[in-house]
Amino acid sequence: MTSAQSSRQKLGRKFINASAVLGLLYLFAPIVVIVLFSFNKPKGKYNIVWQGFTLDNWANPFSKPEFTDALIVSLQVAAVSTVCATLLGTLIAIALSRYRFKGSGAVNLFLVLPMTSPEIVLGSSLATLFLARGVERGFMTVVIAHIMFQVSFVAVTLRARIRGFDWALEQAAMDLGASPRRAFWKVTFPLILPGIIAASLLSFALSIDDFIITFFNAGSLVTFPLQVFGASRVAIPPQLNVLASMLLFGSIAIMVAGLIFESRRQRAASGSSRH
Amino acid sequence: MLVLAIGVVSIGAGWVSGTTRLVALSVMLVSVVVLVWTAFMGGLETRRALAPYGLLKPGILWLSLFFLAPLWSMFQMSLSSKQSRFDFFPDFTWEWSNYSTALTDFAPQFTRSFVYAAVATVLTLLIGYPLAYVIAFRGGKYRTILLGLVAVPFFTSYLIRTLAWQNLLADSGPVVSLLNTLRLDAPLEWLNIMDNGRLMNTPAAVIGGLTYNFLPFMILPLYVSLEKIDVRLVDAAMDLYTTASGAFRRVVLPLSLPGVFAGSLLVFIPAAGDFVNAQFLGSPSTTMVGNSIQNQFLRELNYPLASAMSFVLMAVITCSVLVYAKFMGTDDLV
Repeated sequence: MTSAQSSRQKLGRKFINASAVLGLLYLFAPIVVIVLFSFNKPKGKYNIVWQGFTLDNWANPFSKPEFTDALIVSLQVAAVSTVCATLLGTLIAIALSRYRFKGSGAVNLFLVLPMTSPEIVLGSSLATLFLARGVERGFMTVVIAHIMFQVSFVAVTLRARIRGFDWALEQAAMDLGASPRRAFWKVTFPLILPGIIAASLLSFALSIDDFIITFFNAGSLVTFPLQVFGASRVAIPPQLNVLASMLLFGSIAIMVAGLIFESRRQRAASGSSRH
Repeated sequence: MLVLAIGVVSIGAGWVSGTTRLVALSVMLVSVVVLVWTAFMGGLETRRALAPYGLLKPGILWLSLFFLAPLWSMFQMSLSSKQSRFDFFPDFTWEWSNYSTALTDFAPQFTRSFVYAAVATVLTLLIGYPLAYVIAFRGGKYRTILLGLVAVPFFTSYLIRTLAWQNLLADSGPVVSLLNTLRLDAPLEWLNIMDNGRLMNTPAAVIGGLTYNFLPFMILPLYVSLEKIDVRLVDAAMDLYTTASGAFRRVVLPLSLPGVFAGSLLVFIPAAGDFVNAQFLGSPSTTMVGNSIQNQFLRELNYPLASAMSFVLMAVITCSVLVYAKFMGTDDLV
């Protein structure tokens, strides 16, 4: 290999590394802005231009009740819908990964369809159904809508996580005299639980953050994203950035805790298998 | 036989419920009763054969009722007509003119949606590929952390992220002043990317917002497909005297195509239906079809027209996905 060639290769490597770093910076620019502007002291109604540093916004983050209330509504919706969707989605994922049966291909396709339809189509079509049936839109319709898109999400992600699961373990437990129910709860369930938790956390996040589908089915209910959208036309207080930053740091903390927990568990598992 | 019938009925229930919810509910009740009955009467063998359908039933029924049935009722709505401006429950009259109105009056919005979404998809690919490549091949033990960093934007609200771009792109904001100091404003103005020294409210701002918001959807599938590639294949290609770029073109790129395919779909589909970026970062001359659907549905209360537009949007997306799948040669993925 000539030296010209290898120096060109080095340049290429550097170029790719540099563009990756730029990509990461691009991903983080708005995040930095969100956190930074939570310390801003805005003059007008909008929090767009940097005016000066203050800790006031962080001192009373809940001073804008309309945002706090909307956040609570979002958390309530997400709690109810995530529990239901996790249950339904987990059953589907277990059925698909454990059994071979006629029509599983069709079920797979059917699960992917809601994920590959634009949200605006899902939202407006569901609203049309409620309209045609004369159902008043509100808390229940939003929960129904969220369960709808969360079920596919939980089923697909969980199925991917438990693809390599050894179902013979359950058979082994039953050979040792456990009833099918006991075998499931004592063997299978604890092993797939981390996957279920991960999928439900992600779908919880999807529910809290959903705007377009909720927008069509909320009626007079105001969730956090709807409140943000409404306020964006009138006034955006810096407290919004404080709440967003709190959510951000909270989620990062949960993710880091999850990673640490997982690696400890793996270490413990490999440690005990050595004995 | 019975098993198959139950499966078909439970999935088909959604089609019926669009017109009569009662039918769907009774079908559900009957199929549950039949299932329980056969499970009790039959031996262990039948019970095992029925188990997957029993597990699937609740979730599939939910999706049938609240995903399929709505599509059917939206199809009906798109062929209905309003008797007057204040007619909130339009009648089904085979009104095909909704479709022609959607296509003629909102042609610019449709065009913009697909052009913006396509440009955003290409941009996410250009930005996301090097990033996914570096994480997969040079990430080493930092892989998990780097992937976590890519996912961090998901931890803030979608709307607030988009609002943050208003700060970044504002007339006196960091991006505009950086471009001015680098003397890039004139060429960008010439390329029609900037408009009278502004970035806000231009098509470029909307496309930039779409690119940003859906970038992780491109990076994650790309990473999954790149990570699976055996590095020894690249070494083998180099041993056979190809250059680094040759090895990339002939080995890495073809093997990562499933990731490119999945990522493009995950970016293009939501981007084409989005209206948040156009609302926050654009102007009335950059509205996308999502803005129009939202406006017709929630403000004008013209449900038939909004439904027709939604259907056209879905039809075009489905067709372009199928063509794209053919073109990429990855039919088996869909």
